[in-house]
Amino acid sequence: MAEKVLEIRDLHVTFDTPSGPLEAVRGVDLDVSSGELLGVVGESGSGKSVTFLATMGLLPARARVTGSVILAGEQLIGASPKQLRSVRGRLLSMIFQDPLSALNPVHRIGDQISEMLRSHQNLSASDAEKRAIELLDIVGIPQPSDRARQYPHEFSGGMRQRVVIAIAIANNPKVLIADEPTTALDVTVQAQILEVIERVQERFGTAVVLITHDLGVIARVADRVNVMYAGRNVEQGTIDSLFDHPSHPYTRGLLASLPRPGKQRLKPITGFPPNMLNPPTGCAFHTRCEFAADICQGELPSLVSFGDLETACVRARDLPKSESFA
Amino acid sequence: MSEELLKVTNLVKNFELRVNNGARRKKRIVQAVTNVSFSVGKGQTLGLVGESGSGKTTVGRCILRLIEPTSGSVEFDGQDLGSLKFEELRALRRKMQIVFQDPFASLDPKMTIGSSISEPLIVQNVPGDHSDKVIELLELVGLSADHAQRFPHEFSGGQRQRIGVARALALNPALIVLDEPVSALDVSIQAGVINLFEDLQSRLGMSYIFIAHDLSVVRHIADRVAVMYLGKIVEIGEQQAVYEHPTHPYTKALLSAVPLPDPKTERSRHRIMLEGDVPSPVNPPSGCRFRTRCWKAQDVCAQEEPMLTIRPSGQMSACHFPES
Amino acid sequence: MAFRRFVSHRAAVVSCAIIALLTLFVILAPFTARYGVNQSVQGPPNSFLNPRANAWLGTDDIGRDLYSRLIYGVRVSLLIGLASAIISVTLGALVGAVAGFRGGKFDDIMMRVTDLFLAFPFLVTLLVVRNVLGALPWLRPITGDMSSVRFIIVLFGLFGWMGVARIVRGQVLSLKEREFVEAARAVGASRRYIIARHLLPNSVGPIMVALTFSVVGAIIGESTLAFFGYGPQAGDGATSLGILVGAAKGAVQTGYWWLAVFPCLMLIVIALSINFIGDALRDATDPRLDRGV
Repeated sequence: MAEKVLEIRDLHVTFDTPSGPLEAVRGVDLDVSSGELLGVVGESGSGKSVTFLATMGLLPARARVTGSVILAGEQLIGASPKQLRSVRGRLLSMIFQDPLSALNPVHRIGDQISEMLRSHQNLSASDAEKRAIELLDIVGIPQPSDRARQYPHEFSGGMRQRVVIAIAIANNPKVLIADEPTTALDVTVQAQILEVIERVQERFGTAVVLITHDLGVIARVADRVNVMYAGRNVEQGTIDSLFDHPSHPYTRGLLASLPRPGKQRLKPITGFPPNMLNPPTGCAFHTRCEFAADICQGELPSLVSFGDLETACVRARDLPKSESFA
Repeated sequence: MSEELLKVTNLVKNFELRVNNGARRKKRIVQAVTNVSFSVGKGQTLGLVGESGSGKTTVGRCILRLIEPTSGSVEFDGQDLGSLKFEELRALRRKMQIVFQDPFASLDPKMTIGSSISEPLIVQNVPGDHSDKVIELLELVGLSADHAQRFPHEFSGGQRQRIGVARALALNPALIVLDEPVSALDVSIQAGVINLFEDLQSRLGMSYIFIAHDLSVVRHIADRVAVMYLGKIVEIGEQQAVYEHPTHPYTKALLSAVPLPDPKTERSRHRIMLEGDVPSPVNPPSGCRFRTRCWKAQDVCAQEEPMLTIRPSGQMSACHFPES
Repeated sequence: MAFRRFVSHRAAVVSCAIIALLTLFVILAPFTARYGVNQSVQGPPNSFLNPRANAWLGTDDIGRDLYSRLIYGVRVSLLIGLASAIISVTLGALVGAVAGFRGGKFDDIMMRVTDLFLAFPFLVTLLVVRNVLGALPWLRPITGDMSSVRFIIVLFGLFGWMGVARIVRGQVLSLKEREFVEAARAVGASRRYIIARHLLPNSVGPIMVALTFSVVGAIIGESTLAFFGYGPQAGDGATSLGILVGAAKGAVQTGYWWLAVFPCLMLIVIALSINFIGDALRDATDPRLDRGV
């Protein structure tokens, strides 16, 4: 049983909006084991990004966060800004969708990496510079010593994302959170970036949380998958199990709605994404679920073991066997 | 054998970039679209795929004359669009329409959706009261009549996209350009909108040009596919031929890069990784534009531009050393 | 939605109430004022009386009730403010919309003309133009006499449009690339249709904000002119807020404080209120907040 590096328990995040309180994350439990790549899948309103922004302590002050997030033995919820600063970049890093806004346009790339190194490690300027060049090489930037002296606008989108990854792994964090890192990139560049992430994982043993809506990306790189809907987890399991016999109707619906070779008619999920200001009672998916019964409107279901998966569908046992998408 | 509805021949679009380089003002030319030719039959769907800089969006805009091409011809229903005067073009616009990518930006926030949908009818001076037609269109796309008085911000992304489709159908066009119509939608919503496109096509018989970067979606809906790279078509043919027996190295690399929602296949696939990024269309490589990233490139690729040639599986591709 | 955001600005809501009240007062002038605008308070001595029962805010140099004159004066100033703002905003919106939409050389020329107008120091230009326009007899039927209210309105209207033009042009430039405009072009809409049906309605927010600031600008501008003695001066004793403020010059030295304090206070209250309204309008109509939850 691999060591757990990140443990999230009963996380709740509520925003105060002009239209009333909005609970974006409604009780999430999640584990990340050392060295694994966990895919977190969800659509609008799933709360997948907010969960990890809360973990990093990056939400605005008006967001109310409760619950427990333990990273390498330290509790992050309620931690002081000083504590969080020491954790971010050293034990826990996050990269986002748009690499351009993550980089400071008026500083050279090499300097930005060095700055990250020196804020957590006791390195001299020249040692930091050397390490920065090494990191650029690890993420696959050609002629790293020349390119370290360049500015962000001289890099293309894919190259910038590599730089962002280099900065994020500079201090060898235990967990790297990647929030839709390839969504804004061309598909051939996306393939390169996924390969960089895999390479970094192999070399440093970093655990990676990959947040995405793209099930293909998940199928390519993830070891385990966590499916989120309306601010809660609905299903969890290894990648093969999840694609082979998904137990939750949302996961099934998602997999069935994807276009595959061979022209069968697509099966969409009826209804609309949940309104998080006023989510449906009980299992939030029941308004769109073809298997919904009265019991589904009752209590908020939690993840329970179901074969080799964990599912939040209270009717999982009663459902007809799913087709395999593996 | 379906008749040709649209015929594009040697379409070229260059954009001028005025760059102030200190004292010198260099005029750089962006070769967005270079010598693109294809045709679309009645009731057919042509998929146009490519990454950024491929020129696919510009092609769509040029066909609809939202942008003036630099040269080349676009023939719609036998008529050369370039030779038409303003009024004649306006009349022809009834037959070609467009659905945009961004469901948030494609509707005027100050107009009710009923007004947005009936706008084409008003602009084209279609006589009569349009409220019946608006209801008919709303129901056609899966919305209801009482939505007509509401404003865009009251709807979800998927619903807004359906409203955009309703608007595009108002004039009964023979051709609709779909510019990344589902890219901005949640995955579970995309399927519904794609089904809508298919249903409308089988009911009303219009042709589609489906522009997208999502190859899986294009594979599902297109009859024929054209793959674009840096302003040129590198491969074009029947959907099955292009996807199952790609002959151009770029097509192969593109297909290989697309992650499929199937873990076992993904693990066992042989992946072709391209080096570097898409070069800038300001100064495209000489000869074959793909040669800078192609693993098969040789001297002749820099010297001589390959022409579209027919291949054994029926499609055409432009390569000196095509894949088999 | 926009309304809700506006209402959350408490200062603006209070300001709206103040301006509404003032306008009501001023429209009902014959009833709310206690004396005519040129009427002396009864019985000598009546000049420079301090505030008292029969002259709430005191009297001026020839015994006229300041309170009543203030009401009539504010009426004239509000009229000047509103009328000239409407003229300048209409002019500015048209110039800005057409320049932004046509682009190219047309835009360049219009913007250089705008810059030209903006380059001149406001007050000096106003005074020069005033005298020039006043000296041209063929303009008199349109603009009225140099010292009339109509003249001032035309003056401010002609020289206050530039800021609005820039705002509207910026708005149009960003709007014209939006896809709903492309959609209108795709169905064959004419330029005029697009400007009227899509661009201007979506620019209402910035235009309204520009309107409020034009009103304030005109009112203060009129006061400035009057302060230097160039304000509207009809012979029959009619007054404006500017003239009343201008008369404060002498009052400070001579100790007749009410003649300075009350008109200035009124000017400040009006200007502040309209400014608050403009600020709240700007926040309320910010399109970035329109996306919803």
